[in-house]
Parts: sequence; C-alpha cells; structure tokens
Amino acid sequence: MLKQEDKIFKNLYNNLGWKLEDSLKRNDWSNTKEIISKGREWIINEIKTSELRGRGGAGFPTGVKWSFAPKKVGSRPHYLVINADESEPGTCKDRDIMRFEPQKLIEGCLISSFAVNAHTCYIYIRGEYLNEGKRLQQAIDEAYENKLIGKNACDTGWDLDIHIHYGAGAYICGEETALLESLEGNKGQPRLKPPFPALVGLYGCPTIVNNVETIAVVPNILRKGGKWFASIGRPKNTGTKIFCISGNVNNPCNVEEEMGIPLKDLIEKHAGGVIGGWKNLQAVIPGGSSMPLIPKETCETIKMDFDSLIAAKSGLGTAAVIVINKDQDIVKCMARIAKFYKHESCGQCTPCREGSGWMWRILERAARGEATFKDIDLLSDVTKQIEGHTICAFGEGSAWPVQGLLRHFRKEIDKRCFSEPIIKKKRNIPYLVDQHLLEK
Amino acid sequence: MSLKKVHDIQPDKFEFTKENLEIANKILKKYPKDKKKSAVMPLLYLAQNQNDNWIPLSALKYIGKYLSMPYVNVYEIATFYTMYNLSPVGKYFVQVCTTSPCLLRGANELVKVCQKKISKNQNTMSSNGLCSWMEVECLGACVNAPMMQVNNDYYEDLNKENMEKILESFLQDKPLESGSYRGRISSAPEKKENKNNGINNA
Ligand SMILES: Cc1cc2nc3c(=O)[nH]c(=O)nc-3n(C[C@H](O)[C@H](O)[C@H](O)COP(=O)(O)O)c2cc1C
Ligand code: SF4
Ligand code: FES
Repeated sequence: MLKQEDKIFKNLYNNLGWKLEDSLKRNDWSNTKEIISKGREWIINEIKTSELRGRGGAGFPTGVKWSFAPKKVGSRPHYLVINADESEPGTCKDRDIMRFEPQKLIEGCLISSFAVNAHTCYIYIRGEYLNEGKRLQQAIDEAYENKLIGKNACDTGWDLDIHIHYGAGAYICGEETALLESLEGNKGQPRLKPPFPALVGLYGCPTIVNNVETIAVVPNILRKGGKWFASIGRPKNTGTKIFCISGNVNNPCNVEEEMGIPLKDLIEKHAGGVIGGWKNLQAVIPGGSSMPLIPKETCETIKMDFDSLIAAKSGLGTAAVIVINKDQDIVKCMARIAKFYKHESCGQCTPCREGSGWMWRILERAARGEATFKDIDLLSDVTKQIEGHTICAFGEGSAWPVQGLLRHFRKEIDKRCFSEPIIKKKRNIPYLVDQHLLEK
Repeated sequence: MSLKKVHDIQPDKFEFTKENLEIANKILKKYPKDKKKSAVMPLLYLAQNQNDNWIPLSALKYIGKYLSMPYVNVYEIATFYTMYNLSPVGKYFVQVCTTSPCLLRGANELVKVCQKKISKNQNTMSSNGLCSWMEVECLGACVNAPMMQVNNDYYEDLNKENMEKILESFLQDKPLESGSYRGRISSAPEKKENKNNGINNA
C-alpha cells in the first residue's frame, strides 16, 4: 500500500481546501523558481529517470515525448496542450484534480511549458465539466494575481499564458489530434500520423499533448527527485496512480495508490469488496471501456500496471476499474459499450464507422437471444476488419472489448446464438441483414 | 456523431447582445490573431446561452460572419458536437448517463422515472413545458453512478426514489440542489457503517 507521505494528491477528496493558500501549505509552488533554474535538460532527464508514463491511456514515456519537441524554437511557436477531455467510460480522475488540486496542474503547466519551450498552454476540458472548468479558471486567476504565471512567471524569466477551451460532447476529441482539430475550430476528426504533434501539432506548430494527471505529478517528481518516483512500483511501471473503481462494488471511489497494486487489494481494501462477495465476481474491465475485460481467475492475482495487464491481454488504459458481478448480464453490458462506440465514432474511416454499428447490432441481438449461430463468427470477423485498419486507435478501442468478450465468455454468447441463419427463415429479405431488428 | 434535429420554427435574426459582444471579443484574444476560427466553439456556447439553451440557424450565420467562416462550416461544427442544441430543450434539461458503469448501478431505473415523470420519449417537453430529458454517454463521474446532468450541474449517487423527488422539484420549478444524494464527499469511499447503502445491482 502507498505510504501517506508518498501520496501526491493529498487533497483528492477536498478535505484540505483547493484554494491557492491551502495548496501552498501542501508545498505547491514551494521552489518552482529553483527547479526551473536547473534548466530544460535537467528537467527532461529527471522525468526520464522517474520513468513516468502518460496517464491518458497510451502510457507513452513522458520524458521521451518531451525530448521530441525541437530543442530550439524556430519560426513557429511551441504549444503545450493539456488533455482534460476525460471521456473514457469509467474514468473520472482528472475531474478531481481540476476541482481539488488545480494548483498542482497549473504549476505542472508552467514547468512543462518551460521544458518544451512553450509560452502558451491550452487546457482542453470536456464541455460537460463546466463547473470543474470554472473552478480551474478561478485557480488560474489566483495564479495570475500572485504572479505565478503570466509575464515573468514565478520570477523565472519565463512568460506563460494558460487558456481553457471547452469541448462539446465528443469522446473522440480525447484523441490528441482530434483534440487539436477541435481546438482549431474544426470537427474533431483525428489526423493521420505521422507527422506527430510534437513536430506538427496545433496550427501546424510543435505541440506537446499530455493528460491532466501526467502534468499534475510533474512538480512533485522534480521536487522529490525522479529516483523517488521510480522507487514506487517496478521498473517501467513506476509511481503513483489514481484508480477509479466503479460498478458492482460496495464503495465505489477514486483512490491514489502505487502502480502495480494487486487488483484484489484495490477492490477489497479500497472499494469495500464486490457486491455479493468476491465469489460473486464475474469480470473486471481494468482500464476504461476500451480495454478488454479480464475474467475472475485473472483478477485473483493480477497486478495493476501497464506491463502486467498487457501480459494478460488487456491494458491499464486510464486505470478505470469497472467491476462486473455475477448478477449482471455480461453480454448486455458489452452490448452497451458497443453502442457507446457506435455513437462516438467520428465517421472518417469506413471500418470504424460501419464496423462499430455491426458489432453493436450483433451484440444487441445476442443479448436478446435472437442471434444466429453464424453471427458469432461474423462478430469476430468484424473486430478483425476494424483492428489495425483505421486512422486512430479508436478502432482498436472499439474492437478489443468485443474480442475480450469472445475470448473469455464465448460460451455465454454461444448459448444465445442458436437461431438458424436468417436466409432460411420464411420472412426473408435477403438484402437486409439486420431484419431481426425490424421484425418486432 | 449525433443525430440532430433542426427546429421547424426559426427566428429570422440573431445578434449578440452588447455584453456578449464584449465577451466574444475577449474570447478571440485567447487565440492567435490569424486563427479566429478557433473561437467558433466558445461562440456557439455563447449563442446557446443567450437563446434559452438552443442555437437557431440565424446564429450560425451570424457567427460565420463574425469569424469570417463559411456558414456551412459553422453548421458542420454545430451538428458534429452533441452539446449544441439545434432545437429547444426544457428549462430543466435532464441528461441521464446510461453508459455501462452507470448501467451496472441501475441507470435504466432512472430512465424509467424520466419516462414516467417527464415524457414518454426523449427530447420531448413535459406537459407543462418545463422539462425535457435524454440519454447521454458517460459524463465522467462513474464512481458516483448512477448520475445525471441537469443544465450545468451533476446529480450523483441517485436511486429511483430520490430521482422521483428531484424530477418533481424541476416540474414545480423549485429545483433541488445538485451533488451526491447519498451524502458522499466527492469521490471518496464511504465509511464502513453505511456499507452497501441499500444500493444493489441493476
Ligand atoms: C479514442 C481515444 C480517446 C482518448 N481520450 C483521451 C482522454 O479523454 N484523455 C486523455 O488524456 N487522453 C485520451 N486519449 C489519449 C490521447 O490521444 C493521448 O495519448 C494522451 O492525451 C497523451 O497524454 P499522456 O502521454 O500524458 O497520456 C485518447 C485516445 C484515443 C485513441
Ligand atoms: S478510427 Fe474511428 S474515430 Fe478514429 S478516425 Fe477512424 S472513424 Fe474516426
Ligand atoms: S458511466 Fe455514467 S458517468 Fe461514467
């Protein structure tokens, strides 16, 4: 278990106050000037030493990402963009950072902007988080008033402006290039990569995009040293992490814990256990809805970090743990997730746009016990047609959960897919594959 | 992407009020001088706020002119994002999250209450014209599930009973407060004593 003194987000539940004066007591902004005076190279190296990996889902090493930004500013300015879109089902951690630890994020923005040579930082917040955005704006105003940001921020000689930009209800805008498109005033449709945003990003300028949590932990890492952060967890899977535990547990909650904590501890010690007891556990989605579920057997021993979960054919994603117990219909639950992806596909790539609908309709049929025995192979085939054939990782995010279901709960679906293929039925409309949906 | 219905009855004219024009000018300053287009999303919100929470087509045209953007571009954006309403919504606009983490904790019960109290179908006004409701995707408050958003505020840790009370309060134009309906402090785990809280599965 994580020691109290190693916790970064001491005000995760707002019992210490979110205002600047309160957060100064928690050592925010205590020696920012000194940290920045050590220079860009030192900062980036220290972040590399800490082995911090992005908290937005992909887990890319942050220090390495920063080193991709051009060392010298050319004719175009550099930007830092904070991804506060937080729309991955199950995830609600960035919200608490913005409401209760805003100064950690703002200080992180200053140090990170300095490290990547940016004078302007945009924070892209999902539109629904209007109140969280207002709170963050108050905190930004406080920081301006106290000269912590703005001209000659914190007396470091560095100028920094921070602006908030609201999204408007599109999950895909969490994808970094879709986010940049949205910020430029376009539809949020992802760009083909490469070029990567570090070289060609916002307005075609070098841009570093990071998650809220990634940036908010930066000041603490630099204050206590990269080695300190790296000493928590295990190599390449270091530091502390906010886990969001939702679904069928007695006490759903957000909690900061060490990377690599056993899933069972997380559920039993922090979330009050599975409703109906551990024996009533059916499956867990360990990293937000895009990650394949893991069955109960795996949950007994699995450790919650990037590499352990990849070895179990899933992923840490955003560390949103969705617990599903045996009282639930697993097929229905996954059909609802498929509906989410159908709703949120940006529509640019045919396999994703069409495939997400196919997956949803087949699962919906299966959930109602109206699918045919051929449907299940069709379903598996559709996931493979999407995976690897799309512009952005949304394609995988929609296909993997279905593959996970097929991998671990094949029997459960087989049980419901027993009808004869449509073609043999009396009321046959051969060109209408989804006639099952129309028949009632 | 979302299915959008544009309202049949459209006002001919739309203009920002004086105050909103000032706000619009401030918004423009956030972005580089030659990248005015970036302001389109905040300006759409501004128009929506000014016009009872929905955006008429004349406002899209107005914003297009204001930002020197083709009208169709603004239209494209207003229809891409789900939070821009192109037809009127209730004074109390109820959005119930039904994505899996909320579903696992009984979101479908909340939907039934909406159907009973407000209107059978989504996006239709309650008989007194004060409320409308719709199902939405994950609102990012999953550890406080099931939950809903009403206008700008989150109502969390709901169940059938308190959902009825809350909706009743909107219908009578005396809104109850937002926040957790189990007395929880933000996303903290609850104390052992109120373990389970009578909340069972969906
Ligand atoms: C479909 C999709 C949705 C995403 N949503 C989010 C999100 O809501 N928040 C986030 O921080 N990253 C999200 N990401 C990941 C970002 O693209 C990007 O990797 C991340 O913001 C980088 O920050 P990090 O390195 O600090 O994690 C999403 C990616 C995809 C493919
Ligand atoms: S994979 Fe889906 S969400 Fe991503 S760009 Fe293609 S259509 Fe859009
Ligand atoms: S699933 Fe309802 S808030 Fe996330």
